[in-house]
Amino acid sequence: MNIGYGIGAVVVVSVATLTIGTWGLRFSRTTSDFFVASRSVRPGLNAGAISGEYLSGASFLGVGALVLAFGGEMLWYPVGWTAGYLVLLVFVAAPLRRSGAYTLPDFAEARLASQRVRSLSSVLVVVIGWLYLLPQFQGAGTALRTVTGMSPWGGSLVVAAVVLANVLAGGMRSITFVQVFQYWLKLTALLVPLAFLVIVWLSDGGRSPAAADLVVDGLNGTDWANPLAIAGDHPLYTTYSLMLATFAGTMGLPHVVVRYYTNRDGRAARKTTLIVLVLLGLFYVLPPVYGALGRLYAPDLVGSGADNVVLELPQRMIGGVGGDLLTALLTAGAFAAFLATSSGLTIAVAGVLSQDVTSRRLDGVAAFRVAAVIAVLVPLAASFAARDVAVATVVGLAFAMAAATFAPLLVLGIWWRGLTAAGAASGMLVGGALTGFAVVDNLVSDRDAGWWASLIAQPAAWAVPTSVAVMVLVSRFTRPPSSSHVNRFLVRLHTPEGVALDRT
Amino acid sequence: MAVRWRRTSKWRGLGSEADRATFATLHTASLASPALREGLSSATVARSLKHLRALLGTPAAAITDTTTLLGCDPPDDHHGDDALRLALQAVAAQKTVVAGPEELRCAVAGCGVRHAVASPLVIDERVAGVLVALTDRPSASLLRANDEVAAWVSTQLDLAELDASRHRLVQAEVRALRAQISPHFIYNSLGAIASFVRTDPDRARELLLEFADFTRYSFRKHGEFTTLAEELRSIERYLLLEQARFGTRLQVVLRIAPEVLAVQVPYLCLQPLVENAVRHGLESTVSGGTITVEARDADQECVVTIEDDGVGADPARIRAVLEGTHSSDSVGLANVDERLRNTFGDEYGLVVETATGAGTQVIVRIPKFAPGVQA
Repeated sequence: MNIGYGIGAVVVVSVATLTIGTWGLRFSRTTSDFFVASRSVRPGLNAGAISGEYLSGASFLGVGALVLAFGGEMLWYPVGWTAGYLVLLVFVAAPLRRSGAYTLPDFAEARLASQRVRSLSSVLVVVIGWLYLLPQFQGAGTALRTVTGMSPWGGSLVVAAVVLANVLAGGMRSITFVQVFQYWLKLTALLVPLAFLVIVWLSDGGRSPAAADLVVDGLNGTDWANPLAIAGDHPLYTTYSLMLATFAGTMGLPHVVVRYYTNRDGRAARKTTLIVLVLLGLFYVLPPVYGALGRLYAPDLVGSGADNVVLELPQRMIGGVGGDLLTALLTAGAFAAFLATSSGLTIAVAGVLSQDVTSRRLDGVAAFRVAAVIAVLVPLAASFAARDVAVATVVGLAFAMAAATFAPLLVLGIWWRGLTAAGAASGMLVGGALTGFAVVDNLVSDRDAGWWASLIAQPAAWAVPTSVAVMVLVSRFTRPPSSSHVNRFLVRLHTPEGVALDRT
Repeated sequence: MAVRWRRTSKWRGLGSEADRATFATLHTASLASPALREGLSSATVARSLKHLRALLGTPAAAITDTTTLLGCDPPDDHHGDDALRLALQAVAAQKTVVAGPEELRCAVAGCGVRHAVASPLVIDERVAGVLVALTDRPSASLLRANDEVAAWVSTQLDLAELDASRHRLVQAEVRALRAQISPHFIYNSLGAIASFVRTDPDRARELLLEFADFTRYSFRKHGEFTTLAEELRSIERYLLLEQARFGTRLQVVLRIAPEVLAVQVPYLCLQPLVENAVRHGLESTVSGGTITVEARDADQECVVTIEDDGVGADPARIRAVLEGTHSSDSVGLANVDERLRNTFGDEYGLVVETATGAGTQVIVRIPKFAPGVQA
């Protein structure tokens, strides 16, 4: 294809992102319409912003690729990434907002009144953030190679540089409008090309990609569509472990939680989550269709470059200038996906780093800038050093670590008054260590088969219960003599704002 | 160099025997002091008394206030009644009282306690409690030690009292600020509203309602904190009323990032600053001017800037006002600065940029989360 289109799309997205960010700040108002200004961000906008920041390159390009290569069982990823918000909605959203916490370490400090647990949470935010950034850079490298032909490490470098420039130019702001724009850009970028592709498919006769007699790379249609046939020896274990990791892990992602602060109250937080569910559900319908169409039109990609299926399909099915334009639109969407998630994570990680590390030697803005550079460089270096692991696998590991550390902290902290600082700290340490071990093992060595390989590839099913058990047991043995702080805090978390109550 | 010295000294041991005893004593005292700095109550006694007993080196110790026993150590000690009796004597005598075996008839088998020393705890030159040391053998050094420990505890309690009174002072200042809507403002606003009653009755009615809402917010009774949205709403009402008086001479520009509207801020921490900008920056100018209020999202904190292009001020005078050495009519500035520092820490004080004739810019930084801050 024409490389100019791809580069053009990347440039347009970068410029648009920076422009809206600047415009959002310069938007002045006079007193007459000030009441508009003093109204908080509406749940609809907030949900758009959360979705815009949340939908990463793994969702945009990865899901289609996984569905093409492995089939129906890979739908568990988008299902889990969406259902995580259901768990968030039911257990966490409103109380978290009412706690007044901005970041996860803030919540730990507010609930447990312990600086040590706060520091531990900060370390975990940085680790999870880096673990999530690593596949973003890797995936972006692969995608840029497809559309521009540069080497994968060059692509990673470009994305890291753009993310860094975006974060530094935007200062420390997370502008709602930018993120909302990026959600709708991503949705449009998938939806419009897909409409054309489906028309082509229908005019070609509309053959089912799951037909039993359609064999691609040794996989027939029936097996391909089977949602339980996960690669590996223990598909059932792997499926449940993946579900646990994604369902519980979403609430522990550092860049998701901070957006809840923008909600006016607990009720708005719930409403926001509900709309996020709708927006994500809408989005995640699309990538698997690309995977399914790929089975019919790009079967040769299965062995080698399944990652590119979303970007390749318009070329193969339509071709010409039309195909180039659609590919450019998809490139823009994919780049927006990498940019949004990476920027959000970089800001979250840099915020923690600047608060706890660099601000000791530097002042405000300089501390944040140095922290942002560190926040980008570490995962970038790791993406060069680590072996080539599938994007979705590493994302899954980041979710597993969040599920084994912050998810128990949040759920037990909100719903169980018996949780103590010592209990929370030991639970998070154990959960973090277990999943951390699995991460390192995954990134360093390649295991092929057996129980051990399954357990290491999907650690959530054993790490999360262990972490919860440690939290409960240690809390039982370290019950503090007086817990008036805890009681008052829990009352505040669970009482709607409208109820007259002394909240001090 | 200092680091290396500390390293090597560790290898040589921690000084002589006497040095180590001093260190141990100081360390024990430092363990007791956080609880005592919260004041004298059974909760703080429960946390500090075991360290105090370690300092005294006696089998038992107790602390009372002027009427009741606040705590014993060991906690289930059976000398509580004796200790209280002795303590009341010490309160009455206002000096240290010693008791011997004839007064301490302890009937518990195996208990060797026969002597006690009760030293009064003095806060602000009046007896507030008594420290009682119970021992099996009398000694002059215990008498001295108990007096010294009681004196040290008294100092800590004095400091606690100081903290508490500082807090009360700040609260009183908030109350004062609430009652301090300036008479000029009320007079001017009502005058401006009156001028509209005939020419533009609808506008007059709207302004009256704004005035009512403004006063309701300013006289609010409860809560030390509010949201930035509420505070900005009050500022808007204030500016609307001032605009009614100034007409086109007062221009207002607001740039508010909606992301920070939920931030918790101390009640009335911005409104006095805007009032300052109008009264000291613009009121005396003929041509009027522009007030700019901007609230930005800066990740972990929110930055509010209040700017006017009026007459400005001498930086030295503003510094004096903030340090409290210059009593001027811009009470609001020093009060807001003090309350922000008290709530969020010294690094969150006001930043004022000004020069004579160059306008004034006040920058307020507010962390999105601070433990204990909740409206």
